[in-house]
Amino acid sequence: MKTFTGRVIAKGNFKGEACVSHQGFNTLASFQKSALMKKKTVTVSDQNNKDLFGLDITGKILCLPITIGSTTGGLVIQTVCDMGINPAAFLFSEEIDSLAASGIVLAKVWQNSPIICVDKLGKEFLETVKTGDKLEIKEEGTVILLD
Amino acid sequence: MIDYKMELTQEQIEILEGKKGDTLRKMMETLVLFGDIFGAKRMVPVTHKTGHLVTSFGIPLLRPLYQTMDEINNEGLKAEGGFTVDPAPVDYENVKCNVIEKLVFNKILYGKQAQYTEQMLKAGLVDKDSFSCTCYLEECGNRPKKGDILSWAESSAVVFANSVLGARCNRNSGMLDLFGSIIGYVPEFGLLLDENRKATWVVEVKTTKVPEAQILGSAIGMKVMEDVPYIVGLDKFIGCEIDHENEAYLKDMGAASASNGAVGLFHVENLTPEAKELGDKLIVPNAKRYIIDDTELDRVYKSYPNMWKTKDAGPEITFIGCPHLTYYQLKKWCEDIITSLKTNNKRKVNGQVILTSAPKVKAKFIAENKELYEVATKFGVRLSSICPLMYTNNPLVHGKAILTNSNKLRTYSMARYFKDEEILSLITK
Repeated sequence: MKTFTGRVIAKGNFKGEACVSHQGFNTLASFQKSALMKKKTVTVSDQNNKDLFGLDITGKILCLPITIGSTTGGLVIQTVCDMGINPAAFLFSEEIDSLAASGIVLAKVWQNSPIICVDKLGKEFLETVKTGDKLEIKEEGTVILLD
Repeated sequence: MIDYKMELTQEQIEILEGKKGDTLRKMMETLVLFGDIFGAKRMVPVTHKTGHLVTSFGIPLLRPLYQTMDEINNEGLKAEGGFTVDPAPVDYENVKCNVIEKLVFNKILYGKQAQYTEQMLKAGLVDKDSFSCTCYLEECGNRPKKGDILSWAESSAVVFANSVLGARCNRNSGMLDLFGSIIGYVPEFGLLLDENRKATWVVEVKTTKVPEAQILGSAIGMKVMEDVPYIVGLDKFIGCEIDHENEAYLKDMGAASASNGAVGLFHVENLTPEAKELGDKLIVPNAKRYIIDDTELDRVYKSYPNMWKTKDAGPEITFIGCPHLTYYQLKKWCEDIITSLKTNNKRKVNGQVILTSAPKVKAKFIAENKELYEVATKFGVRLSSICPLMYTNNPLVHGKAILTNSNKLRTYSMARYFKDEEILSLITK
C-alpha cells in the first residue's frame, strides 16, 4: 500500500473515493451551479476543469494542487459545508492556498464542520492517485492508497 | 482559547479570550488560525482603513454570511474606515428581464438582497453607490497608496492594488475581508512580505502587436497559477508610465490572470511601481520562463469552449465591463459603437448591449458627456452598474447567447468570450 504524509490543516479519519484535479480547482466555478440550484450533491460545473467537469464530488475526497479563482472561494467552501454537500476532505499536493485555507477555517470556527484537510502531500501524490481510487485518511496526516 | 503559534499583543489576546465579545473572538480566532497556516509571525495594522468586500449579493443559501452579519450588527461592530463592495446583482432599469426571470432573481437568487444591504450599511458600507469591483478608480475613492496594508477581497481588485498601486494585500476570502476591516489587523504573511513579492516566473511577451489584455492575462494565469510573474516586453506596447489607458489594460489583464489562475501580484518591467524601483532584482534566481507569442495567444484563445446551446446563435445579450469599465473605456466603447453603427447604416445595436461601470463612474460620464450618452442610448446601448456574473447566475438565462469581452465572466458563466473588435462587429453589423 502506498502512503503519503502531509501537514494537517483540519484533522479527521476518513475512508472514501478520490476525485483528482491535476489543475487548480476553481472553487466558485466548480460549486456555484449546484449550490445555487440547492442540489443535494455537487456536480463540478467548471468548464475549464477537464478532470472533474460533470463529476459528483459530494462526500468524496478531493485531491488537488491548490484552489484558484474568485475570492468568494472561502465563503463558498464555508457555505457548501453549511449545506452539507461538501467533499468530505480536501487533500492538497502543494501548500494550501489562502482562499481554501479561509474556507476551511471559516467552516471549522463558525460552522463546527467535520471537514478534513491535509496539505503538502507532494507532487507524487497527485501523479499516483486517480479518480475512483479508494483512500484512507488518518488524523495525523497520513493518506493511504488502498488496494 | 485556541492554540496559536504567532505572537499577539495583549489587546489581541484579550479579543481572542472573548473579553470583547463572542463575535470579535470568533473573528480574531479565524484570522489567527488562518495566519498560523501560513506561518504568520504576528498581526499587523491595516493602514488603508477603507475595506473592500467581495460579497455583494444576497443569495439566500449564504446562510453563514447573514448569521455572521447579524452577530456583527447586534454587537454594534463596524469597520473603522468603512468599506466598498462588489457590484449589485440586478438592475431592472437597464438590463431587461421578463416577469419570470425577475421572479427568480427576487425570490430565489437574491431574495436577501435588501436585508443584506441593510446589514452592510450598519457594518460600515460607505454608501449605496459604493457597489463596484473597481473601487480603486479615482472616481470611486477607495484608492490605496504604495505600501499600504489592506484587508480587501475581490480577486481583480486585490491584484490591481498589489500590482499597479504597490499596496499590500493577500488574496483574502470573502468574510475575512470584513473581519480584518473591523478588527483593524491582518496576519502578516504572503504578499505582505518583501520576499514573497519576488517573481518566480519571467513572462516574455513576443507578440507582433499589443496582445488582447484579457487573453494575455488568461494565458499568464493558467500558466503561473498563484505565482508572481515578471512580465517583460509589454512596456513597448503600453508605455512606461501609468496612465488611464494602460491602467485599464492592466485592470483587465490582472482580472483575467486572477480568475483563470490565482495571480495576486504581477510586475511589468519598466511600468509597475515595484518593477520600476527594483527592476530585475525582483526576479528570483532560476525563475521559470514562459514565452507568449502570437501562436501561444491564439492557442489559448481557441481553447475556450463555446457553451451556448445554439452554437452559432446571434447576440442576445452583450456584457462589456467585467471588471467594470473605467471612465475612458466607457467613453471609448460608446464612441466606437456609434461610429460603427453609422458606418454600417444601422439604427440599433444587435440584442441588448450593456456597458458596465461603477455608479460613480457612470454618473460622471453622463454628467460630462450628455450628448454622447443620449446618442448611445438612442442606439440601444445601456449603461449599468450591475455585476454581469450575478445576472448570468439565473438559470433562465443559461440558454441565451451571451457575449462578453471578459475572461472572468466567461470562466464563471455560459457566456462566450470574444475579442473587443469581434464584439464590436457582432453588435453593430
